Amino acid sequence: MSKAPSGHTVSSPVDLLAIAYRIEADAVQRYTLLADQMEIHNNPELVKVFRDLARAEGIHAEEIRKQAGDIDLVARAERLGRWQKGESPEEVDLGSAHYLMTPWHALELALAGEKRALGFFTSITETAKDPKIKEMASEFVEEEAEHVNLVYRLMRKYSKPADTWAQDLDPPISQD
Amino acid sequence: MSSIQTRLACNPADYKSDIKPIWCPGCGDYHVLMSFTRAFAELGLLPEKTVVVSGIGCSSRIPAYTSCYGFHGVHGRSLALATGLKVTRPDLTVVVASGDGDGYSIGGNHFLHACRRNVDITYVVMDNRVYGMTKGQPSPTTEPDFDTALSPGGTGLSPFHPLVIALAAGANFVARAFSGSPNETASILVEAIRHPGFSFVEVLSPCVTFRPDEREWKNRVHPAPVAATNDPGKAARRIMTDDGFNIGILYRGNRLPYQAKAEPRTIDLAELEREFEL
Amino acid sequence: MPEVENVSIAIVGSGGAGALTTGNFLLEAASVAGWHGLLTRTVGPQIRGGEAAALIRLASHPVECLAERFDLLIGIDWLNANRFGAEIEVGPQSLVITDPHGGDLPAIVARAGARVVKVPIKEMAKAIPEGRPNMIALGLAADLLGLSEDILSVVIEKRLAEKGRTAIEASRAGLKAGIAAAADLDLGMRLAPPKSRTAQRWLVSGNETTGLGAIRGGVRFAAAYPITPASEILEWLAPNLPKVGGVLLQAEDELAAINMIIGASYGGTPALTATSGPGLSLMIEALGLATAAEIPIVVVDVMRAGPSTGIPTKSEQADLNIAVYGLHGDAPHLVLAPQSITDCLFTTQWAVYLAETLQAPAIVLSDQFIGQAVAVTDRPADIAFIGQRAKALPEAGAYKRYAVSAGGVSPMAIPGTRGGQYTADGLTHNERGTPTSSEGDHRAQLDKRCTKLEQFTYGDHWATVEGDGELAIMTWGSLTGAAREAIERVRRNGRDVRLIAPRLLLPVQPERFTAALHGVKRILIVEQSHGAQFHRYLRAHYDLPDDVRVLHRPGPLPIRPNEIEQALMQWSS
Repeated sequence: MSKAPSGHTVSSPVDLLAIAYRIEADAVQRYTLLADQMEIHNNPELVKVFRDLARAEGIHAEEIRKQAGDIDLVARAERLGRWQKGESPEEVDLGSAHYLMTPWHALELALAGEKRALGFFTSITETAKDPKIKEMASEFVEEEAEHVNLVYRLMRKYSKPADTWAQDLDPPISQD
Repeated sequence: MSSIQTRLACNPADYKSDIKPIWCPGCGDYHVLMSFTRAFAELGLLPEKTVVVSGIGCSSRIPAYTSCYGFHGVHGRSLALATGLKVTRPDLTVVVASGDGDGYSIGGNHFLHACRRNVDITYVVMDNRVYGMTKGQPSPTTEPDFDTALSPGGTGLSPFHPLVIALAAGANFVARAFSGSPNETASILVEAIRHPGFSFVEVLSPCVTFRPDEREWKNRVHPAPVAATNDPGKAARRIMTDDGFNIGILYRGNRLPYQAKAEPRTIDLAELEREFEL
Repeated sequence: MPEVENVSIAIVGSGGAGALTTGNFLLEAASVAGWHGLLTRTVGPQIRGGEAAALIRLASHPVECLAERFDLLIGIDWLNANRFGAEIEVGPQSLVITDPHGGDLPAIVARAGARVVKVPIKEMAKAIPEGRPNMIALGLAADLLGLSEDILSVVIEKRLAEKGRTAIEASRAGLKAGIAAAADLDLGMRLAPPKSRTAQRWLVSGNETTGLGAIRGGVRFAAAYPITPASEILEWLAPNLPKVGGVLLQAEDELAAINMIIGASYGGTPALTATSGPGLSLMIEALGLATAAEIPIVVVDVMRAGPSTGIPTKSEQADLNIAVYGLHGDAPHLVLAPQSITDCLFTTQWAVYLAETLQAPAIVLSDQFIGQAVAVTDRPADIAFIGQRAKALPEAGAYKRYAVSAGGVSPMAIPGTRGGQYTADGLTHNERGTPTSSEGDHRAQLDKRCTKLEQFTYGDHWATVEGDGELAIMTWGSLTGAAREAIERVRRNGRDVRLIAPRLLLPVQPERFTAALHGVKRILIVEQSHGAQFHRYLRAHYDLPDDVRVLHRPGPLPIRPNEIEQALMQWSS
């Protein structure tokens, strides 16, 4: 049994599978939410970036779900407790979003998320007593490391934006 | 909270509508919406038995973004509307959403009396210390030296301290949350909704457009150093040294929630005219 | 002694003399004796100890207004009574009883040429242990009116039961003394015996019948913020709503009150509040919200003299403008006006029914006169109007709260109904209730809210239309009774005049109005408004004949039948 920094109690490999699934599923939700925000705020480039990220996370989630077979990972994760004190590693900071954000910013956000997930699984490998959990965790570490590198590669396509990236010559509109 | 109707195995996604928010990306209210849906899911609320009531302002747009019943009323009057609703429909779960302008300025009077009246509703104020919807005027919680178009150089006025007011006016549950910790905010909301009587939760929710300085809040918030108390005196002492960034439940009171006086049996309508008869 | 159909009495006194109690007892005694009557009062600005006058009219048939002068005026004292002015007018045939130590007669009384008799009321009261001057006055009035001591004793026993035996005995002694003092006095007229009736009679005020009408219409929630002269509606509802499973909540202000009733109504409970002009002004914004979100509510405005704080204890008809035109934007809604104390029951009940059926706010324009006057009246007939809201039971698919349809009324999902979730909004919205700024949606919803009111069949209740004649009086509210009486007087002189008094002021009824004016060539508009608001309203919405005269003035003195009669006579054919 190990307690992750997020407070989750991992008593079996299936528990870890459930948590990993939820990390991916939450990421899908988060990136979809951000894609929707970008759509409403007329930033089509970012819509594509976030939908791509959501799709990638969705594939990972699906792979994990297949691994679990008939086990209902969602229910399992519920029983582990949706949250403990403080936040879990899967949170993408929505506060960092901006309607003028560039793909570079989005990938920074994704990178932070992947690194956090990597850190989470790494800590499990360090603290888990059960060898099966240790092994599964180290597999996820490899996966997440690949994701981190993928994001780094994608980031090379974009240069860091100029300091004026958030400049909008139009004033804000009062709506109510 | 015996009047909550619940069901099992709820997904927060069930409590979101398909309407996409107009909030600026980066707005703390996205996290608050997340907290709402997580809290409703945790409580197993039935969306059709849950009503989100609001006034006017960015925060007040939230009802339509949930799949529950909602009322987007006029500026500052959401507590009165929610009171009339809850008193006549005690079977519903009523959550009131507001902002620092809607709730503490024009809604200030109703805030006092709602705390005093102690009807079993939950009041969530998304405080960004500015009037966001109308382009950046100071609100009652804005710092005195914050420069704005309507108050150049700052208002010079002491900011309103909502937790002090709530406690003094008799609120039965007083807490502060931070939108950047949506899970923790959800936990606090769960407790607030469960707690009988008037529950007040002030949620610090940064405005990315008019208060970009509020990005710093995530570094300034900290857990309250001590657990909640049910002693109003203790709570009052603690709040006097509050730095405005203590996160957690301050006070859980024991006041009985408001109960409308009900007669044991109803009479025939025809009885009402007896007093006029000659 | 000549027999008359009605007689008018005024009792004046100050500093706790108890003039108003005398008036109440007199009316009640007369009702026990079988007569009808009407009681109002006029008071100084003090909360206690001020100058006060009870103004009573007794009759052998129902009366809806006061006469222009008093046949009997009893002054326990005249301190500050000049304030009342023409409200206590007497004529050469009147009898004035005055206490020799009560001060000088008010100027208007002194120059009337009435018979003035001195009776030492205060001294007589002092001679009785715990005696009160108002009981002496009661005895004087009772004897002069032909009311028996027994009947008065019954009333005293009933009304003073709480004060204890001593108070009752002292009052009866005072009554006796007053009766004795009246032995040598003669009113010079006798009230005709009551026409024998089998109808049940009530002793009731307009504010009370308003409350009863609300409950009968289905109201089960009221929010209350006290304001003169509407508070009695809320005070009556406070104990009576819970008896029928309802709730009354005192609000912190009128803004809270109206928003509370909107919340309650949104939750499925028919709801009402009552206020006066200043409160209605505060409620205007929320009335717009109820209009836009299509939430039924009823707001009773018991009109006082305005503007602003005005004269809270006096009647006027000058809130017509704000009721009809006060909402910003194009916001069609319902405005109704009761015409008498008993009509408050009908009109309020009907207002609840219309509001619920049409999912719109209804403003009921009552006024201080009918609100606070107490009358002995025949029991009003029961009416079948009970609020029935069209409720949605959505099956599958997205529920459209504001779906556009033929009649304009879309079924409302009450919270608790699965699948009916929607967010009510003051923002312009589409059929689903989602905010929009599109021209199509905006117009569609404006049309819907307009259509639902305009296409509804209101029936004959929309107005009182009585009689025939080339000349018609157009009036509304509490002046309907005075107009009716004036018309009756001129009819006795062989002249026919039609009476048209709308009960439904909004939405306007052009076709019915035209029908009501069929054959009418001249109109006399009568209203209690300095700015002639009703005249301007009629001109704005209806086609009037070329020949129009307007008899209008503000409060505090209600327009009486004789003024209207004079205006009619001056406009002879």
